[in-house]
Amino acid sequence: MLLEMATQGAPDRVAVVAGGRSMTYAELSDQAHRYAATVADLEVERLVYVGENSCEAVAALFGAALAAVPYVPVNYRWTDAQIADALATIEPAAVLTDHGCAHRVPEAAGLVRIGVPSPDDPVPAAPPVHADEDAPAVLLFTSGTSGTPKAAVLRNRHLVPYVLGTVEFLNADADEAILVSVPPYHIAAVSSVLTSVFAGRRMVQLVAFDADSWVELARTQRVTQAMVVPTMLDRILDVVEADGAGLPALRHLSYGGGRMPAAVVERAMRLLPDVDLVNAYGLTETSSTITLLGPEDHRVAAASTDPAVRARLGSVGRALPTVEIEIRDRDGAALGPLASGEVWVRGEQVSGEYLTHRAITADGWYPTADHGYLDADGFLFLHGRLDDVIVRGGENLSPAEIEDRLVQHPAIAEAAVVGVPDREWGERVEAVVVVADGTEVSEPEIQEWVRTALRSTRVPAAVHRRAALPYNETGKLLRRVLRDDLAATNS
Amino acid sequence: MKTGTRWSSATCATEVVVVKGADVVLECGDAPMIEGAGAGGDAVGEGTRLGKRYTDEASGLLVLCVKPGAGSLCVAGVPLVEVAAKQLPSSD
Repeated sequence: MLLEMATQGAPDRVAVVAGGRSMTYAELSDQAHRYAATVADLEVERLVYVGENSCEAVAALFGAALAAVPYVPVNYRWTDAQIADALATIEPAAVLTDHGCAHRVPEAAGLVRIGVPSPDDPVPAAPPVHADEDAPAVLLFTSGTSGTPKAAVLRNRHLVPYVLGTVEFLNADADEAILVSVPPYHIAAVSSVLTSVFAGRRMVQLVAFDADSWVELARTQRVTQAMVVPTMLDRILDVVEADGAGLPALRHLSYGGGRMPAAVVERAMRLLPDVDLVNAYGLTETSSTITLLGPEDHRVAAASTDPAVRARLGSVGRALPTVEIEIRDRDGAALGPLASGEVWVRGEQVSGEYLTHRAITADGWYPTADHGYLDADGFLFLHGRLDDVIVRGGENLSPAEIEDRLVQHPAIAEAAVVGVPDREWGERVEAVVVVADGTEVSEPEIQEWVRTALRSTRVPAAVHRRAALPYNETGKLLRRVLRDDLAATNS
Repeated sequence: MKTGTRWSSATCATEVVVVKGADVVLECGDAPMIEGAGAGGDAVGEGTRLGKRYTDEASGLLVLCVKPGAGSLCVAGVPLVEVAAKQLPSSD
């Protein structure tokens, strides 16, 4: 429906550019109809895509919608065994891959491989539209930072009101372009396709992220806005700072998908002073963004001498007008400002539902498993995943607070803090650090560095060195992996 | 009118999708709209605009225009009102 409208309104406008190819809205719509017809003939229940960002992935998303089957983008960075496990939970399905992933999909009775339709194929008539608001539109596997990936179910009623309520149809200027660098199986990639198509904004898709290509594409395609995850932003700033050529067309940069250190935000404001920055926080299960720290919030916070206001550069902003947020304790009781607990959310766009079970209460509240607090004005500060909170002698410690202090040390390039089982304390704090090239630092020096800024309970009992830390492909630190490692070494 | 259903004008090219349902009869160009494919016609009125949302404040009915036409949308003789999106800083 969204694509049909954009095709009527601006058929010849370029819809998507990826890997040297491009499609106009009319071409995208034709290709989506070809996918829909293929899927409708197959008696399958889902359309899977395994691959990198491409024009075909966007066409397949809309093709699935036209055929009224859910679109399921699967993480191509998983192992073959993980892909096979994931596909086993969603067959019978039609499976589209890009060239590189063609050999990654197992042979199975419930999986039907489909190819890319030729642009010379006739365009089938539109199949009957079953635009049921309750129909699942997209199944997305969560990133699984704290366990096995689960397939979240996003229905039309979760996705469509957000698009219609926040985007004015075809309001993008003809020169506007958004650079999408998150992979196609990420919720931000899906929501950006929906909002960009409705706004009529050209989407420039980076096939796979590296900072040099990102900067080059942003310059050559005259990209006006972009969304990045925190690790991407820091690397992009390295490139921009090194060559000093800036990002002249960029007006608007949003970041999210992980905790962003305030130091990186300040660096972005310094290196890209003309760019509006937006911090967005959301989860797969909430159809993306639920809180925003807008451009004005960034400027007010950066200019403020009030430490409480200045600290907001490290927050994820305030709830959208259509979303409610509460902080609750372990028993589910709501907490007041500044008290830390689990972040709960309610709103039309919140799904909180998986293929296997529902995690949403009868009155619509969804526990995010993120840990944080609201300040007196409703700005949300996140500590990290609930599972990562360290409980030492009855005191809850946030690993992020200690990590932020560690990386301020000139000799520490990266840091991770985890809880390790401890006979006396229940858990004790241990740190894993990557030492910056050409520098040296001892364990007692690091412990003293933490002690001078934070309370003594936060001082790591041990500091381990590694050549690198484990991250998932969108830059989320996998503390779970380190925790298991350290626990195994200790036992 | 159920949320998610699609209705066509009996008097012009207008087609709408129901975004928030309500138990009312939606008219376009002074004739009830038809669920599914439309008849078309040559009604004249204020017209509907592609991509705009229209609401009947009394019942809460909210529809999205997916094909524009020349007729005007009404419930029980009261014209529907155009709704603007509450634009947010783009986050995606």
